[in-house]
Amino acid sequence: MSFRLSYRADPGNPWFSWQYVRDNSDTILAALRDHASLTARAVLIAALVALPLAVAAHWFRSLAGPILAFTGVLYTIPSLALFAFLAPYLGIGAITVLSVVVLYALLVIVRNAVAGLSQVPPEVREAAEGMGYGRWGRLLRIELPLALPGILTGLRLATVSTVALVTVGVVVGRGGLGQLIFAGFQNNFYKAEIMTGTLLCVLLALVLDLILAGVGRAITPWLRGGAR
Amino acid sequence: MSNPVGQAVLWLNDPLNWTNPGGVLDRLGEHLSISAAAVLLGCLVAWPVGLWLGHSGRGGGLVLLVSNVTLAIPTLALLTILPLTFLGFGRSSVVVALAVFAVPPLLANAYTGVRQADPEARDAARGMGLSGGQVLRRVELPLAVPYLAAGFRTATVQVVATAALASFVNGGGLGQIIRAGFGLDIAAGGGQIIAGGLLVAGLAVLVELALALVERVVTPRPLRPARRRANRRAADAVAGT
Repeated sequence: MSFRLSYRADPGNPWFSWQYVRDNSDTILAALRDHASLTARAVLIAALVALPLAVAAHWFRSLAGPILAFTGVLYTIPSLALFAFLAPYLGIGAITVLSVVVLYALLVIVRNAVAGLSQVPPEVREAAEGMGYGRWGRLLRIELPLALPGILTGLRLATVSTVALVTVGVVVGRGGLGQLIFAGFQNNFYKAEIMTGTLLCVLLALVLDLILAGVGRAITPWLRGGAR
Repeated sequence: MSNPVGQAVLWLNDPLNWTNPGGVLDRLGEHLSISAAAVLLGCLVAWPVGLWLGHSGRGGGLVLLVSNVTLAIPTLALLTILPLTFLGFGRSSVVVALAVFAVPPLLANAYTGVRQADPEARDAARGMGLSGGQVLRRVELPLAVPYLAAGFRTATVQVVATAALASFVNGGGLGQIIRAGFGLDIAAGGGQIIAGGLLVAGLAVLVELALALVERVVTPRPLRPARRRANRRAADAVAGT
């Protein structure tokens, strides 16, 4: 099935080339900026929607089943199919990409936040109640801080997978670094362009993950040292 | 006529769209054969490694690393890079690219499946004089079946879903219908795009339901409640908690 093409041995098509990076720094930076901003916006929007949903699922047990089932079904739907459903209505562009990646990030954050909230020990909850905390006070002062590790895990997973998922946006012409990867493939399989896009993608995921891990460490000082 | 959903229904109701060369039936066959090959390859690699790591109790970090790294690699990147390597253009590179994404759930579940085996059962087996390999084969492996089944289901659904992206590199599969729709003008192709989306999503959901059934059948009755735990534990392993 596979056939070998002669230009694969051509030294004119290296896997990486600083020459290419220098000559196309504008395009590369623009793609990187687009990718980073799409990711940041998507995770932010997803977090803003997901946390209230998680709290609702936590407070009202009857809502937890439907919310988790909905996110589970959504996760089974392939990303390309989601693009296919939304593109005819939202058109070609950033809105469609954002909607799709927000939906996926949403469910990762909701699941982890619900897990985090449900792991708060019942004794702690009772103690808080005994100290006179109301529903909101208990949520804000006791439960959310204790669920922070779970929430942060969700945010990190969502961020990393969003970075990878944004590349699928090439199907509507706004794939960030995916645009670079795909253009390289179409430009006679220009390896340096594909590789630059890929490396930047993985690097971006790594950097964002490390930033979130650092923020997580900074805001959960009680987890540092000791047994963990 | 301007309603895309109406157009999609129309598109799906045209028998030629199903039976033409490159029609739905052709694409469905491609989609299924690519996915099956990718899952098979993933199982051949991930299960032995995962079972062995779980048996020896080492390599938990490796399992985690594999999950985290593959999460960060865009599917599109692997699909475009692999044909340019020694794999060459064609089906083999697509299958390998998809198999890479099947490995993490298979590996994590195989590892956790063996790790969670009751230590007392393991000790008893050793006391009966079973060697390490025999313990793995006769005690740990049967106890890990619910986990293996859960991992298989997760991996397969993911591969079937991801296989739609093979269309980016003309790798065939149902995604090709969506791509062709985007190739048309959006006003004209909207119906076909949605029809393709429905087919891809429908297949993924069908596979998920079918495998849920299979998972239930292969799991021995006493181990059945373990399934939920298996999924959760594997998710925890991936999440790194």
